[in-house]
Amino acid sequence: MSATAVHSLWTTAGGMASAAPAEKFKAPVIEYTQLTPVLIVIGVAVVGVLVEAFVPRRARYYTQVFLAVVALAAAFAAVVGLAAGGYGTTKAHIAAMGAIAIDGPTLFLQGTILLTALVAVFTFAERRLDPASHGNQVDSFAAQAASVPGSDSEKAAVRAGFTTTEVFPLVLFSVAGMLVFPAANDLLTLFVALEVFSLPLYLLCAVARRKRLMSQEAAVKYFLLGAFSSAFLLFGIALLYGYAGSVSYAAIAHVVDGSVTQIDPALADTMGNDALLLIGGAMILTGLLFKVGAVPFHMWTPDVYQGAPTPVTGFMAAATKVAAFGALLRLLYVVLPGLAWDWRPVMWAVAIVTMLGGAIVAITQTDIKRLLAYSSIAHAGFILAGVIATTPDGISSVLFYLGAYSFVTVGAFAVVTLVRDAGGEATHLSKWAGLGRRSPLVAAVFAVFLLAFAGIPLTSGFAGKFAVFKAAAEGGAGGLVVVGVISSAIAAFFYIRVIVLMFFSEPKADGPTVAVPSPLTMTTIAVGVAVTLVLGLAPQYFLDLAGQAGVFVR
Amino acid sequence: MNPVNYLYLAALLFTIGAAGVLIRRNAIVVFMCVELMLNACNLAFVTFSRMHGNLDGQIIAFFTMVVAAAEVVVGLAIIVSVFRSRHSASVDDASLMKL
Repeated sequence: MSATAVHSLWTTAGGMASAAPAEKFKAPVIEYTQLTPVLIVIGVAVVGVLVEAFVPRRARYYTQVFLAVVALAAAFAAVVGLAAGGYGTTKAHIAAMGAIAIDGPTLFLQGTILLTALVAVFTFAERRLDPASHGNQVDSFAAQAASVPGSDSEKAAVRAGFTTTEVFPLVLFSVAGMLVFPAANDLLTLFVALEVFSLPLYLLCAVARRKRLMSQEAAVKYFLLGAFSSAFLLFGIALLYGYAGSVSYAAIAHVVDGSVTQIDPALADTMGNDALLLIGGAMILTGLLFKVGAVPFHMWTPDVYQGAPTPVTGFMAAATKVAAFGALLRLLYVVLPGLAWDWRPVMWAVAIVTMLGGAIVAITQTDIKRLLAYSSIAHAGFILAGVIATTPDGISSVLFYLGAYSFVTVGAFAVVTLVRDAGGEATHLSKWAGLGRRSPLVAAVFAVFLLAFAGIPLTSGFAGKFAVFKAAAEGGAGGLVVVGVISSAIAAFFYIRVIVLMFFSEPKADGPTVAVPSPLTMTTIAVGVAVTLVLGLAPQYFLDLAGQAGVFVR
Repeated sequence: MNPVNYLYLAALLFTIGAAGVLIRRNAIVVFMCVELMLNACNLAFVTFSRMHGNLDGQIIAFFTMVVAAAEVVVGLAIIVSVFRSRHSASVDDASLMKL
């Protein structure tokens, strides 16, 4: 490689300036119709920012809720339209100059993310749970996030009936990032999508109406650890770029499995350097495993789930996991299959400690939100078992599991918002004692969600677990299935313990009350229960759907 | 000069940043260490770009700068709001939630 050859890329020698004719420049081709789901969501998010600037305060809440619901529903319709048009199967291809892959997993996960976000937005918009203050109905978010909790300015904001309606555009920005994340087909798009969906989540964590100090603490922890992990991801991207000379998934995959036809002399040095590949791949995996909450990188999960406003927790727990597992699947199955002998043992270890760690630590928890956080860690381990299968069944079972799990999670956190006492939500487990006697319906619904988490037959959790364990066993990870079944049994213990606590213990005199929600939260919970039961009783249609969607385009 | 030396420098800066995140106690300093890590990534991108003779790495460095700027906006907002309500930016003081 001569220095002049390199410099000629960005300098022109005098007199040679006119040598490059203009017709050599090729305009990029962007397939806008295939990107409509993302474009709709991000466009309406921008409109939402303008609404904050120009619409009178009284009308903002209704405008924002309307816009968010319409945007998510329209984007879901667009995803269905693309899937019906065959973009998930026969017409799967790489769009936007190699940045975005439109294929089965992309459309399946985008549809899942949009539907979960839609029902999660209903819980964001809920205004009947807290008693009205100064004649204004209030939601779960601070009157004014910038004012210090308990200060005069906060009291004035509450009196004036301010609400943080910015949460709706923030959710939409986050959803837009999540839609791109599993579809990203080069490492730069992956990184930018990661930041686009993470940054709004950090902010959303900080704006709880009640227990704001805890909420802010959760935000600062999530932010610092999230930024730390994305720096690792970025350095991993730099090393893989150094290794392969490109950030495109297909190009890296070719270099990894050694099927490059034309070796660029400039690349010959770095391509032989496995240290770049192994360290880079490990650092990217670190960043992604942080986002899914797998065990060595799970420390943020319980604190953030507990501190964040519960609607945000439900949204984040469900949608982030779907998006991050989508990106992880694509990375491992499209970019690094040539390296499977190296990453499989590592992922084995991560999956085992994640399943066991999440299930065992959850037993000691006394707070319902922390309990669900550790349960989500255990579930990340179960999904990783399906990821390790490295078979087509592995992809489709993970897709199915993610779809089933996300609705259960949103529904369960929606139920948590209903159980309240004078200080807001009563999340301590002791307060849930005897809930089944006071409000049998709410307790029964929560029991359905817990049974689905535990993977009891006739719920979606069983169908999902069966699918991933079957795929893992057939993919040669039998030992992992044994550990998975053992940790499912451990996990079942603490889910059943909560059910026993709700139904078979005496209610306390100063126990919490169950707020009667508006139709918004009712819809969220009803959708959660319906999906749980339908996927549990008749999973075949959805398993087939996931099976058809389970092919990555390369 | 051999461009590989810049990769060593990038790895060194990244390590210093990572160590700082783990060791320092002030949230602002922790955050500055994260920024140092991102800039180490930028240096690595630009060096690899020079070694490979393609411009991808330099373009990515621009994207990283924009993302880092967005992260500063969000991060400082969160840290300042925590400081205003607690009069402390120490990450050790933020311990309301424990097992």
